Amino acid sequence: MNQSEWPLWEVFIRSKQGLDHKHVGSLHAADATMAVQNARDVYTRRLEGVSIWVVESKHIHASNPDDADAFFDPAADKVYRHPTFYEVPDSIKHM
Amino acid sequence: METLEKVLTPEEQFQARIDADIRIEPKDWMPDAYRKTLIRQISQHAHSELVGMLPEGNWITRAPSLKRKSILLAKVQDEAGHGLYLYSAAETLGTTRDQMLADLHSGKAKYSSIFNYPTLSWADMGCVGWLVDGAAILNQVPLCRTSYGPYARAMVRVCKEESFHQRQGFEIMQTLCEGAPEQKAMAQEALNRWWWPTLMMFGPKDEDSPNTAQSMNWRIKRFTNDELRQKFVDMMVPQAEFLGLTVPDEKVKWNEERQAYDFGEVNWDEFWSVVKGNGLCNHERLQARVQAHEEGAWVREAANAHAAKRAAREAVAA
Repeated sequence: MNQSEWPLWEVFIRSKQGLDHKHVGSLHAADATMAVQNARDVYTRRLEGVSIWVVESKHIHASNPDDADAFFDPAADKVYRHPTFYEVPDSIKHM
Repeated sequence: METLEKVLTPEEQFQARIDADIRIEPKDWMPDAYRKTLIRQISQHAHSELVGMLPEGNWITRAPSLKRKSILLAKVQDEAGHGLYLYSAAETLGTTRDQMLADLHSGKAKYSSIFNYPTLSWADMGCVGWLVDGAAILNQVPLCRTSYGPYARAMVRVCKEESFHQRQGFEIMQTLCEGAPEQKAMAQEALNRWWWPTLMMFGPKDEDSPNTAQSMNWRIKRFTNDELRQKFVDMMVPQAEFLGLTVPDEKVKWNEERQAYDFGEVNWDEFWSVVKGNGLCNHERLQARVQAHEEGAWVREAANAHAAKRAAREAVAA
């Protein structure tokens, strides 16, 4: 078996000018240049993008899904962070 | 609420998420059997895309016009792309690309048996697109809602691209059917050869498919084999009629009561024989795959060497 598998890269694509880059998938490539070229061939054959980012997968750090409840809990009880929490009199306009 | 949740085992919590149509993502807890089943299903699917390039690649140099050649090239390139989307999705479950390819090349992993049939005439390119990709779409559209997130997202991309494949196949058939009598005969002859193998693509009968119930429960399968096969026949018989072609099954007949077509029994002996490796092209397909992989070894090594050299140069410069 080939022991020299190329590293894995995550691919992010800006679908059009003005939008943010969005994760679309991953691929293998020997280096960043090749990763960008492969990403073009694999993920933008139908003009899906105007810009590509690639990041080697090992550099991505993620939150732990097992801790998701506790981790995101602090935001759950702060309804006052949302505009709908506040009552505005009907006669007040432009708010 | 809290005490109730604590009573649930991880398996029960997992199933509750599935039942609520909440997608499972790579780092979420999942039963080992779910992971294994998915790795098998997704990698088989990826292998099918990869091997699926071979019967069509056979016709690229002989396509009847530059337009057809460009279309066929684009279609084969899409299939390589679909294989890559799917391998990536499988890798999120903890397997490696090298492992999956090794399993394909050793014959341990399966791919769709349909690609073990030969593509003998240009009309076969029509049938592969119209029938084979038509059947693939029926299988794949429900998978866009499959419970495993990366698989579902890959399938959304695949399905978007697949409909061009089916349409170009139908167009080849239509052109042949509107052409000379010889061309129409060629189309009919190809349909005669591809019809039954395509019906086999949906897999064994429900009663012979013991894993279906579990897969449906996990929502990695959303219709049974027989349900999809029936849908396919209902879809394709009118299209064949439109083309002026006859489906090679005397038992095909509209059933007013069921609002569906009745049709004959697939030759299951042939099905199992091809699955076990005795199809017309099993040997040739696998050999072509292994040869391509081995002959590409120096490219993979050279790219690694180049990357290492460049990294070393950049380190010195920095």
